[in-house]
Amino acid sequence: MINLNFVFPEIFISLSLMFLLMLGVFKKNSSVIIYNLSIISLIITLALILNRPIDKDIYLFMDAYKIDYLSNFMKILTVLSAILVMFASKKYIQSLNIFNIEYPVLLLSSIVGMMVMISSNDLIVFYMGLELQSLSLYVLASYNRDNLLSSESGVKYFVLSALSSGLLLYGCSLIYGFTGSTNFDFIMNNLNNNNYILSSGIVFVLVGLAFKISAVPFHMWAPDVYQGSPTSVTSFFAILPKIAALAVFIRFLYVPFIYVVDQWQTIIVFLSIASMLFGAIAAIGQKNLKRLVAYSSIGHMGYALAGLAVNSNEGIKSSVLYITIYVFMNLGFFCCLFMLKKNDKYYENIDDLSGISKNHPFLSFCFLIILFSLAGIPPLAGFFAKFYIFMAVIESSMYYLAIIGLISTVIAAFYYLRIIKIIYFDPEKIKYDKEHNIGLQFCLIISAIFILFYFTYPSWLNEIVSKISII
Amino acid sequence: MFDIGIGHYLILGAIIFTIGVVGIFLNRKNIIVILMSIELILLAVNINLVSFSIFMSDITGQIFTLYILTVAAAEAAIGLAIIVAYYRNSGTIRVEEIDKLKG
Repeated sequence: MINLNFVFPEIFISLSLMFLLMLGVFKKNSSVIIYNLSIISLIITLALILNRPIDKDIYLFMDAYKIDYLSNFMKILTVLSAILVMFASKKYIQSLNIFNIEYPVLLLSSIVGMMVMISSNDLIVFYMGLELQSLSLYVLASYNRDNLLSSESGVKYFVLSALSSGLLLYGCSLIYGFTGSTNFDFIMNNLNNNNYILSSGIVFVLVGLAFKISAVPFHMWAPDVYQGSPTSVTSFFAILPKIAALAVFIRFLYVPFIYVVDQWQTIIVFLSIASMLFGAIAAIGQKNLKRLVAYSSIGHMGYALAGLAVNSNEGIKSSVLYITIYVFMNLGFFCCLFMLKKNDKYYENIDDLSGISKNHPFLSFCFLIILFSLAGIPPLAGFFAKFYIFMAVIESSMYYLAIIGLISTVIAAFYYLRIIKIIYFDPEKIKYDKEHNIGLQFCLIISAIFILFYFTYPSWLNEIVSKISII
Repeated sequence: MFDIGIGHYLILGAIIFTIGVVGIFLNRKNIIVILMSIELILLAVNINLVSFSIFMSDITGQIFTLYILTVAAAEAAIGLAIIVAYYRNSGTIRVEEIDKLKG
């Protein structure tokens, strides 16, 4: 008998999303209720996951679904950041007139997809989770459908993401054909080292995953989609799919492909180096803050991939830590973006930040610590994230990766510090609203406190993460 | 006469897959063609999976194919809806004119 207790969170969230859809259809003007109820259902899901201590790996549905410490941690991170993003972006959605019942329902369905992806131990289950996530995100990207930029970003995201799903699927078909099964553990044991068609299957799968994580050279959709879609969706894009895709990366590299390390290690190292350098250099000339975040997230994904490239448990842990800290930094950054509002108009250019320190000391202080943290300046959380990655990389003596990472950190610091200079030393241009709703302030304060005081007691997060053991 | 083995099916799948990928990148005219190319890629995968499944006498590949067909239908529906939304805003679906976002 399958123990359904362990998939309670997924079952609960899918049932609640179907219920919310029905409620929204049959009850008029219910968008506020649906939004709040979906936040509550996410909180209950979080409680259900937390209420399920994991002491050993659990396999469900004929080994197609795996629940272990890593998947639990990543699910907690996903749901927690989804709750915070929904708290922070409520006012934005309302003032953009896209506050419909479908919005939270689509968010919930993409979260179900991510949870399935994170736990998958089978190619079919993985593909279904990935598509559930992507199909919801296509619609979300073009959600502001009367806006040319938003619909264009939807078109671009749809075309490139569907292409990447196709590549990934072709790789899956080759892997299935040459190993005889879709189960990850079975593939691991049957992966033949010197079959070149199988190697091309591995490459196809990695390319598809790199598209999802927006690693260079498969990044071209990210800046356009980030800029075009509504900022609430951008904040979602910048945080949640990265967590899920990183978890899937870990799954793929360290379960089915673990015996062919020599084949994928160079690919991951290349993706990592290219993303770090490109993310640092291409962001320099940007004028739009959302585009800048896109390039900066490309760079950050490069660091996370560097942790995965080293093929050790330390590397995986440092990547997971990196993505955790990255989530809070990006959340804080988007909270600051949501605060750049004047009479229901939102500003998103770097010039609009000019001199806001005179009128908004708290907001500019939050910007300051978040940008310092993104640049990796001690003693903020972003520094520790990079520190763990470099530690893991150096321990396995891949010095060139660490050196290139340091160089690109220095280059990236330029454009982060330039924003701080514009905030603090340029003449004032726009006076923004000072009233903000409680959810947004709460999220900003949470992430600012996390970034600022992480260094006082870093071991609490390290202890949580250190229980992850894949290899 | 020669026997048709798994290699022939795989080559057919690879050719269709290549046509799909090339169709996405070389096409400068119409987004609908891109949609068709995506369908071609997914169908190539289906040919691969079914032929593997038959030649290995393993049913998993055919189950996978059914899932992919379902997802492809949903994907085409969503893609067309997004293209309609885009057309209402811009009045064109020519690929080379989708360039408002750049920098």
